[in-house]
Amino acid sequence: MNFIAYLLSPAGLASGAFLLVVAIMVVGALIAVAARNIFHNVLGLAMSLFGVAGLFLFLNSPFVALMEILIYVGAICIAICFAIMLSQPLYLPPPPRNPLKVLGALAGAGLIFAFLGLLTKRTTWAPAAERSTDWSITTLGHYLLTNYVLIFEVISLLLLVAMLGAVVTARGGRGSS
Amino acid sequence: MLIFNQLQTYLYLAILLFAIGVYGVLARRSLIGILISVELILNAASINFMAFNRFLAPHPAVGQVITLFIMAVAAAEAAIALSIIVAVYRRLKSINIELATELRG
Repeated sequence: MNFIAYLLSPAGLASGAFLLVVAIMVVGALIAVAARNIFHNVLGLAMSLFGVAGLFLFLNSPFVALMEILIYVGAICIAICFAIMLSQPLYLPPPPRNPLKVLGALAGAGLIFAFLGLLTKRTTWAPAAERSTDWSITTLGHYLLTNYVLIFEVISLLLLVAMLGAVVTARGGRGSS
Repeated sequence: MLIFNQLQTYLYLAILLFAIGVYGVLARRSLIGILISVELILNAASINFMAFNRFLAPHPAVGQVITLFIMAVAAAEAAIALSIIVAVYRRLKSINIELATELRG
């Protein structure tokens, strides 16, 4: 009875929502790397990115969460779908897996997980002495157009160059079409 | 202390996502599978930035700005990688990286 009362309190509901978001993220990531069908991989990636967007909501940043859904799920996953349609046909059976390679990859990923986990466990994190409490999107916009305006412009230049480069590469290079 | 109000929770989640991505990069042979795993790794980095931003940083806008830049660079990287994948498929009729050995001596 006590447990149900806790589950229905605001803190309990928030914890349940957090666990749900985490489950979506982890299961999606596992589908994204473990499924045999490449199309299922993309769907798993989209599911995992929705989970990451939920984490960003829990971290007080609804704007970044919406951008995550817009850019990653809306643009990158769709672009990957196009690349799948333009490359290997889906009806061909995928090549058999090499168990040695899978074991090696598991060992490598497990080692990295253990190392970083120990590092996180051993470190004491000290918050900054003075912390601002200004979380508004207005401030974020001001920062983008004052302190970080140079990086903002360089990023737009990078996107333009990447777009041109993608067009040139995918067409087969100069003079060969 | 609630589970979603601790820095450690988010750091461990980011590590888990990073490890899953590293496994994918090492184990997959399809170029698109590797690209998907790289996106997972980039998202783990984003979660780390946002967690430090929420719990430690002096100003909360900085981590959000960095995360937005990570997203933009990831979009550029995905566009380039996908065009390379299409070019490789046109040349080799396959996107299995173990067949892309033309530069082997």
